[in-house]
Amino acid sequence: MENFKLRVFRYDPEKDSEPHYDTFTIPYRDGMTVLEALTYVQENLDSSLAYRYSCREAICGSCANYISGAYRLACRAQVTDCLEGDTVTVAPLPHMRVIKDLVVDMTKFWENYEKVKPWLINDDPAPERERLQSPEDRAKYNMEIDCILCGSCFAACPAGVNNEEYLGAHALVWANRFFVDTRDTAKRERLELVANEYGVFRCHTAFNCVEACPKHINQTEAIQELKNAAMRYKLGLLKL
Amino acid sequence: MQLSHKVIIVGGGLAGLRAAIAVHDGGVKDVAIVSQLPPVRSHSVAAAGGINGSLGNHPEGKDDNWEKHMYDTVKGSDFLADQDAAEVLAKEAVPRIVEAEHWGCPFSRNPDGTIAQRPFGGAGFPRTCFAADKTGHALLHTMYQQTIKRGIKVYMEYLVLKLVVKEGRIVGMVLMNILTGEIGTATAGAVMLATGGAGKIYAHSTNNLLNTGLGMAMAYHAGVPLKDMEFIQFHPTGLWGTNILMTEGCRGEGGYLLNNKGERFMAKYAPKAMELGPRDIVARSIQTEINEGRGFNLGGPGGGYVHLDLRHLGEAKINERLPEVREICRNFAGIDPVYEPIPVQPSQHYTMGGIDTDIDGRTVVHGLYAAGECACVSVHGANRLGGNSLLDTIVFGKRAGDHIAQFIQSNGGIAAGADKAVAEAQKEVEARFQRLYSGQGTEDGSKLRTELQETMFNHVGIFRDEALMTEGLEKIRQLKQRYAKVKVKHTGKIYNLDLIKNYELEGMLDVAEVIASGALQRKESRGSHARRDYPERDDANFLKHTLAFYTENGPRLEYKPVTITKFQPVARKY
Repeated sequence: MENFKLRVFRYDPEKDSEPHYDTFTIPYRDGMTVLEALTYVQENLDSSLAYRYSCREAICGSCANYISGAYRLACRAQVTDCLEGDTVTVAPLPHMRVIKDLVVDMTKFWENYEKVKPWLINDDPAPERERLQSPEDRAKYNMEIDCILCGSCFAACPAGVNNEEYLGAHALVWANRFFVDTRDTAKRERLELVANEYGVFRCHTAFNCVEACPKHINQTEAIQELKNAAMRYKLGLLKL
Repeated sequence: MQLSHKVIIVGGGLAGLRAAIAVHDGGVKDVAIVSQLPPVRSHSVAAAGGINGSLGNHPEGKDDNWEKHMYDTVKGSDFLADQDAAEVLAKEAVPRIVEAEHWGCPFSRNPDGTIAQRPFGGAGFPRTCFAADKTGHALLHTMYQQTIKRGIKVYMEYLVLKLVVKEGRIVGMVLMNILTGEIGTATAGAVMLATGGAGKIYAHSTNNLLNTGLGMAMAYHAGVPLKDMEFIQFHPTGLWGTNILMTEGCRGEGGYLLNNKGERFMAKYAPKAMELGPRDIVARSIQTEINEGRGFNLGGPGGGYVHLDLRHLGEAKINERLPEVREICRNFAGIDPVYEPIPVQPSQHYTMGGIDTDIDGRTVVHGLYAAGECACVSVHGANRLGGNSLLDTIVFGKRAGDHIAQFIQSNGGIAAGADKAVAEAQKEVEARFQRLYSGQGTEDGSKLRTELQETMFNHVGIFRDEALMTEGLEKIRQLKQRYAKVKVKHTGKIYNLDLIKNYELEGMLDVAEVIASGALQRKESRGSHARRDYPERDDANFLKHTLAFYTENGPRLEYKPVTITKFQPVARKY
């Protein structure tokens, strides 16, 4: 393949009344990623293109986009894996206000993350050395800590579309990360924060988040764990 | 936009976050972080293998202590580290790591529940604490969570453009809200730079795409010297092609380096330490194998490589200890290290030098501090040990934050006349923007940047000599002249990458000039600075730090002595 087409969502509120797509012809080179293609456009074809990027190795969470019909990190998405015919289509994460082109407003995403108190709570006097935790207990939140806060699950969630107040899968994953951590002592408080109509019970198990997650996190499982704990706690089957 | 805070931390990576926490906990609640990125996107997130501290948790680490950590750090630095600083680093490692654990950092664990540790290059004991191979990610998220807990304000996606100094005292800065394009000012009683390294000045770098060294350039332009900038670390094992970091943890867990004959060639270069020699030595060994015809893809596009072989570790261990390495190899190179060796080549990785500070993060400008990769205390000297950079960020981030809190409480707030000074500086920045918008446009900034990166890699790279570097420096000076003809074509305000990238380029060129100038003048080989024309270390003439001061005609170089307390320099063998 010598060239391919990159079709990019464009919207510049300083000059556009409506969004549209621009299509660019890009010279292909082996191993080219969608992020590199976007950079090619910005540096060579249209310097006004706006898109987020940083680590270019799938660990910082900057470049999640909706690429050729799937949620992908642009830095990791190989052009060859995203071709539909001779075209790769890049759109911003949906369900968030577009600031410009592929850059969306993630204010709500960050606010919701903060709402679940995403930090370890333990007011017991700290020991001089590390708190001990067995490898088995450490493994209980091994899935959750892979989250890079890229926003894919938040954008993909149908429950979130219909309810602005829904915390979103990312926030609930982090809630569960601390809920299952043996070092954390705020179990009841954590359940109170999420076991409500804007928290875990708003999840309709559509599993879109699981499909969207670039880090293979099963958000629905984490949310179900919290639902389960909340129910058992209400029924007196779980002492916290 | 006219912001004002008692303390402003520029940069939301590990050093910046840790400093903000220290300022807040030290009683100064009006501290804000200004970051080009949401904090969890900072380059600290990409640190993989671990963080050093003599916890003695490993069965083979029982005799470890801070003094041995200090010695390994000093020896690793080729005796250029200031030993008072290395002592602080080693002594405060355990409390900082334990504190991070108390804050929830998900370290991997030993069967007895203690923090797990692994061997790393240039270290006498298994001293590197880790969270699988995602230690930076684990620490950065933990630290960000602690700032949220404290309610510390973060200005996300704000770019600081210029520091404002008045009569030797920091008064504030000019900054831009990237999302709106609005330019404005901030005044502060104290400012700390935690803006990371300058890896993107080089081609073939493991760094994220935003590590342009802008913080270093701003300090340099504000009159603070840059120290020891000629010392650039090349990581031995960047993934061939993309130069994504393949953590030193690969070798710490027992991985082999093999040439095209299938030999573990490190036996020739570091017979005792083998693959766990310090990075400068291992990187040069790999490059020598490639240069002498014992690599793969010799002369091919993308350059030669050797093999990093993990196959004998087995799938279970790779999944437990190096899951991200496996994931990256599959996604970015189409190979599975369980079954195939990984193609690796030395890649620019770290800036040992940086903004000249003391052990409390202070610069020569009153109230201006720096910590993390943008700073040079110096603890890494001529070569940093793996696992010491994450440590550097939280040890010296905290120390700087502690000092800032005291400084604010004893020196009051914002200096008189700050508002006027920052307003004038804003006009200067706006004038610079205007020049960029109205440039001739006969030169293209992105092409200049690529040329700069190639020049630095080829002329001030792993192996250096007078002729190469002279040519390189000349090329940089030509690029600086050509930069005057750059034009920013996009004039929109919102998220204008064209403007930001071209603005940053000026600083990149200045920092590159400092690196090349310092390297040319240092007529010896020490740590990462390996000169073919001066192959030996020369303590008589060069056991000293380079200081580069900004002038309109290029850097003025001065030198200052290295602090030696416990360990006299000896020949460095591994």
